[in-house]
Amino acid sequence: MQDRNTTPAGNLVDAENGIVSREIFVDRDIFAREQEQIFARAWLMIGHESLIPEPDDYFVSRMGTDSVILTRNKQGEIFVFLNSCMHRGMKLCRYDQGSAPVFTCPYHGWSYSTDRKRVDRPGALVGVPRYQECYEGVLDRSEWGLVRCPKVVNYKGTIWASWDPDAPSLEDYLGDMRLYLDAALDHRDGREGGSIVLGTVQKWRVKCNWKFAPENFIGDLYHDISHRSADLSGIGPSGGKGRRDAQRPRLAIGFTDLGHGVLGDLPHTAEPELLPTHQDDPELVAYHQQMHDDRSRNLGNRKRVTMSVGTIFPNMSFHARQPRTIAVAHPISATEMEMWRYYLIDADAPPKVKDAAMRYYLRYSGPAGMTESDDMENWTYASEATAGHISRRHHYNYQLSLGQERPVEGLRGAVESGSYSEGNARIFYRRWGQFMDAAGWADMTPEAATPERVDAD
Amino acid sequence: MPTDAALQALLLHHEIEGFLLAEADLLDDRKYRDWLNLFTDDLVYWMPISRNVPPPDRDRARSDESLDASWFNEGLDTLTQRVNQIETDIHWSEEPPTRTTHMVSNVRILDVGDGDEIRTKCRFLVYCNRLQDEVDLFVGKRFDTLRRASGGWKISRREIHLDQSVLLAKSLTTFF
Ligand code: FES
Ligand SMILES: [Fe+2]
Repeated sequence: MQDRNTTPAGNLVDAENGIVSREIFVDRDIFAREQEQIFARAWLMIGHESLIPEPDDYFVSRMGTDSVILTRNKQGEIFVFLNSCMHRGMKLCRYDQGSAPVFTCPYHGWSYSTDRKRVDRPGALVGVPRYQECYEGVLDRSEWGLVRCPKVVNYKGTIWASWDPDAPSLEDYLGDMRLYLDAALDHRDGREGGSIVLGTVQKWRVKCNWKFAPENFIGDLYHDISHRSADLSGIGPSGGKGRRDAQRPRLAIGFTDLGHGVLGDLPHTAEPELLPTHQDDPELVAYHQQMHDDRSRNLGNRKRVTMSVGTIFPNMSFHARQPRTIAVAHPISATEMEMWRYYLIDADAPPKVKDAAMRYYLRYSGPAGMTESDDMENWTYASEATAGHISRRHHYNYQLSLGQERPVEGLRGAVESGSYSEGNARIFYRRWGQFMDAAGWADMTPEAATPERVDAD
Repeated sequence: MPTDAALQALLLHHEIEGFLLAEADLLDDRKYRDWLNLFTDDLVYWMPISRNVPPPDRDRARSDESLDASWFNEGLDTLTQRVNQIETDIHWSEEPPTRTTHMVSNVRILDVGDGDEIRTKCRFLVYCNRLQDEVDLFVGKRFDTLRRASGGWKISRREIHLDQSVLLAKSLTTFF
């Protein structure tokens, strides 16, 4: 067998021809290399500020295969630390979330603080039992603070982090994909931000490679057929037919150099007519009409988009409307992931609106979701049937609408390839190959990736 | 000699346990339409998410019933939609079907009220086996409110406390 650590990813991914080696979905060495090349470098979405509203609040999250603590200090600043005690590696914080003025290790009692009044460096080691009698003059406490993630950004409530000090700004990393992310995070009435996580984050294990989820959510409209049973059962917000209320036609729009993609519409400057939603309740109908009217007024003739689903490379996917959620696919092993689903809602929406949204989210998404449960079946058994010795010698096919990419006016570096296209998956795996082969961010910035690129607008 | 009240309690316990065990049979026999008949129209069927929380927050060890995510938060309408979906025979996470065994034990009657609506608690152990080697084990406590109806009992509320935080199954397409 070839040494996967030296095989260029270019040999595994042929994005131009829509061919991807099955090895990248099952191979352990490739998985290990992804941790270094992708998860230690990329911007990862790790939580939401509404999960840590007060000083000293924390929320334990994941970055790749590492556990991390997202916390807010007494001064209100947000930090991300490796969730592992510097003494002997104990998992410092074993609760999902809570509040702690200092993080004290259960093993030998070392403690760490983020309070600017106590420490210069947040995460510094402040307490060491028996320091004077056993460590004096030996242990330099300033050297043994928690490992702090160097890059952390709060974007409209969502918290993003990168381990790589050379990573570009989140703004550059997102590019014009940001417009689509805004469609999920902005208030329904068009104001910036305003969304919060509705309650508890769902977490569950799926025995598939983590890439199945972002690849699916980046724009696989072709798999619609696997949700026919949900469509037949009629689980949409209005309780009628299908699994969603009416939507506008969606196109696969991908950001060639960035690896992100969506199913959405092209940028426009006028608010299209409201499509009826939540039709079985007059109060909800009135609310959504009101949001639509406010939105038309608030946005005026500003550029806007709508979208249904998309992925920000590598593992953050989101839905802007029906349902309105974020899904992060955390890698566990080559053939296992942990899905986290955050449900989004406008903080100031009336309880009745929140309740209706929540009920729709739960019957649509998550492990009990009547739509999502069938996705997990596909991903799990695709993984299983790919892992065989002969099976993994072969390739997956991503040739749907190959060659139909056209530049999108008004979006830098974006192409569109119709509704039924694997163009976005091709972009995702092309970017995957770049990350896997690049020595560092200097080789991965959009300019370096395609020097001949001409911006669309 | 047992008192009248003790005998009444014993008979009621026997009746309720029989009801719950018969319900488990309906589920394992996949007689979902008959199973749906066991619920009242105003049913609340709720499975919160368990969380690992520190001591001061122990009252928040499970997600809330209102305005919070859960694993299930259903009425009879959506429970019926779920049965409809299974009956399409193309709900792929239940096709081929899961082999299930619903064990119900530790049945207790917590509150008889005026006798027409009683609160019960039991343990469940649900073994699921599917395809070749897909195995899930769901264990926890169940709080049921039963209401007297013509010809027996109906379930008006079911609260399911699953002893898992991260769900260790890829999907939840089994009923509890
Ligand atoms: S491992 Fe944390 S104090 Fe020893
Ligand atoms: Fe899907």
